[in-house]
Amino acid sequence: MVGITAYGAYVPFNRLERKKIGEAFGERGMPGEKAVANYDEDSVTMAATAALDCLTGFEPAKIDGLYFATTSATYKEKLAATTIAGVTDLRKDVRTADFTDSMRAGSTAMLAALDAVAGGANSMLVCMADCRLGGATGALEQTFGDGGAAFLIGKEGVIAELEDALSISSEFVDYWRDAKDDFVRSWEERFIITEGYNRLVKEAVARLLKKNNLTPKDFSKIVLYGPAPRHQAALAQMLGFDKEQVQDNLYSTVGIAGVANAPMMLVGALEDAAPGDKILVVTYGEGSDVLIFKATDAIRQLPPRRALRGYLEVKKSTMLYTTYLKWRKLIDLEPPRRPEPRSPSLPGMWRRYQQSLGLYGTKCMNCGTPQFPVQRVCTKCQAKDQMEPYTFKDKKATIATYTVDYLTASPDPPVIFAVIDFEGGGRMICEMTDSEVDKLDIGKEVKMSFRRIYEKNSIYVYGWKAMLKKEEVK
Amino acid sequence: MAGSIADKVAIIGMGCTRFGERWDTGLEDLLVEAAYEAYEDAGIEPKDIEAYWFGTCFSISSLPMALALKTQFKPVTRIENLCGTGTDAFRNACYAVASGAYDMAMAIGVEKLKDSGFSGLDISDITYRPDGTAPDITAPAAFSFLAPAYFKKYGIDPKKGKEVLARIAWKNHKNGSLNPKAQYRKEVPMEQILKSPMIAAPLGVMDCSGICDGSAAAIIVRAEDAKKYRSDPVYVKGLAVSTGPEAGGLYPDYDFTTLRETYFAGQDAYRQAGIKNPRQEVSMAEVHDCFTPTELIIYEDLGFSERGKAWQDVLNGFFDLDGPLPVNPDGGLKSFGHPIGASGIRMLYEMYKQLQGKAGPRQIKNPKVGMTHNIGGMPWKAVTAVTIIGKELG
Repeated sequence: MVGITAYGAYVPFNRLERKKIGEAFGERGMPGEKAVANYDEDSVTMAATAALDCLTGFEPAKIDGLYFATTSATYKEKLAATTIAGVTDLRKDVRTADFTDSMRAGSTAMLAALDAVAGGANSMLVCMADCRLGGATGALEQTFGDGGAAFLIGKEGVIAELEDALSISSEFVDYWRDAKDDFVRSWEERFIITEGYNRLVKEAVARLLKKNNLTPKDFSKIVLYGPAPRHQAALAQMLGFDKEQVQDNLYSTVGIAGVANAPMMLVGALEDAAPGDKILVVTYGEGSDVLIFKATDAIRQLPPRRALRGYLEVKKSTMLYTTYLKWRKLIDLEPPRRPEPRSPSLPGMWRRYQQSLGLYGTKCMNCGTPQFPVQRVCTKCQAKDQMEPYTFKDKKATIATYTVDYLTASPDPPVIFAVIDFEGGGRMICEMTDSEVDKLDIGKEVKMSFRRIYEKNSIYVYGWKAMLKKEEVK
Repeated sequence: MAGSIADKVAIIGMGCTRFGERWDTGLEDLLVEAAYEAYEDAGIEPKDIEAYWFGTCFSISSLPMALALKTQFKPVTRIENLCGTGTDAFRNACYAVASGAYDMAMAIGVEKLKDSGFSGLDISDITYRPDGTAPDITAPAAFSFLAPAYFKKYGIDPKKGKEVLARIAWKNHKNGSLNPKAQYRKEVPMEQILKSPMIAAPLGVMDCSGICDGSAAAIIVRAEDAKKYRSDPVYVKGLAVSTGPEAGGLYPDYDFTTLRETYFAGQDAYRQAGIKNPRQEVSMAEVHDCFTPTELIIYEDLGFSERGKAWQDVLNGFFDLDGPLPVNPDGGLKSFGHPIGASGIRMLYEMYKQLQGKAGPRQIKNPKVGMTHNIGGMPWKAVTAVTIIGKELG
């Protein structure tokens, strides 16, 4: 049996009410809100965070590969899957690949992982995230939202078995963006929906259902990607699904998170699934991928995780439209009157990837003291080279002291810096993110979060920040 | 057992420029002003100096000093040790003279900071981590960690705590108002300090020292030669530096209510000077009040106050100019200003003038022992430098 053995999700803490986008231009704005990646988040950090959520209770050493899907990669040339493999602590002898360029990239990555496991791999980690831009005053800007999802694919402990899948491909241009475009472009909507979305999806779904001798009534849920909510609802109806069968497309809470939209919906469906439930997953983009999953008894044994539900209600919806423009670097700001940050050093980064990606420090084998960053001589007992790698990313931590810095240049001021003490030993002095100043106090619990630290000369430095603990897992 | 510098060397001349935003003054002008005041004060010719120790954080190499002063192919050593730079330049010059290698040396510190175009300092070299992940923490933010930690530990209501900090700034501005060389020469009301715009909460801009331009210099000879030059030389009693291994940033037993580097440097200097009870025996001090909570914690680390009691001493005026142990009588970094490499020697300048009875309206009554103290870096990874000087031998 091959299928999904675990799932995880990520939704940014900050949400932008669509009415604020409208108001900025003296218009009404669409209903609901969209999740907005903070200035220190991108598709890599969101996918990595979803992947860590997915791996709750699982052993990364058993994973044979990582596939990452996005259309909003940090680099145009440079793999992102290896960054996420570093964050999730995968072995060195794993297969890594980025899937991109199509709204189907998420499901295609899943299918590739399912094929890899069917072909002999033990398990594969698939994660996807998107952070797409629509031009100001356009509908896409309001429709798009940011988020990520992740799945562990394997053959043992399967919680949702893949029963069958089918893909069709078609050269069809509806939404596009070339290497120089910041914003997604689109053709006339009536053409896209009539000749693209409706026709191709209908064809793919019909073929797979016929092949398996199934009807819409056999499914508890359909996870159907749609470029806009009304087209999705209309197509689901045309396909013969009742409203109750259609999984929430996340438009009103997150927005359409590109290649991660259908996978995030699938996480939502799996959170509610009972053993025996069938879920039809349908994506669209230059064709369509259709997958049939069936929940197994093991779905009840999945260790608790945040998944989608753990993120949707944990939010802050006070951000301004101008803050969104600032975070996405869509307006020119007055440069800060502070010294320019120096360019990152690639050899310097390379020497410490385990530290920056996996949040590893060292633990002294002589006196047992964990310490961050990596040390050779122990800070406690001064033993030399008696260190073993030790990760802090999953350790409980509290604030020892903190400050709110109004001087440091940041797109999300004021910047909070804190001294963080880890349970089991170890201390880190770091920046905090997604945290409200009035909720800070000494002794408050924090969680570590993987973020983009800064960029210079198109070199992106990733690392970890702390944030106030906001949620309990379900 | 470590030895002692006590009574081996003496200061026979000092100079100090006016500190401030000296837009019309270059590095070379500052050096010339400080050095020539010191030459004149000692009654010597520039050629009498045999070697120089040049303290500066941001002007690399020994060349800028020789270029400015036109020293004639003399040895010049550039010293950089963060905010301890000036004091460490003085310390090394003292050792050179004490060793007999030279009969007369000058320590001169300088910083020209206001050409940078921004307020505050570029401290990215201190926070730098080669993998690029170091938090971009500013100096006020780093030192403001001390305030909530101290308040929490000793059960001080944050509002009361803020008042204690403001009282320190108020005192230093009051002292600085009496000093023609200070950057800020007027008193600032408590209310204004308390309401100043936030820089790094809970620190407002009035909790921060002024970053500015300035230079200061000292001329050193062996103690037995000092009276050849003047009747009132000042003798070095102790010189100490402590550099921390970032212990406070790595190990949670450090609680941000102390700077162990200050404590260790203080203890070493007291041992050299034979001081057992600093609260009683030190007549006055210039300490590193880069930010108000720093000064609060220094009082305890240097043994001027008991642990957890400094805030009461502050409110009781113990460290005021007319109090039992005046601290920062010249206005401190807060009001005198802080050109990094010059500050340590500026502090010494005030102690030297006070011991000679030449501090004008700020004159402390009959001081015997003066002390200076600097902190460079961050509370959890610092370098500190302490100097003790006295009026009499023995």
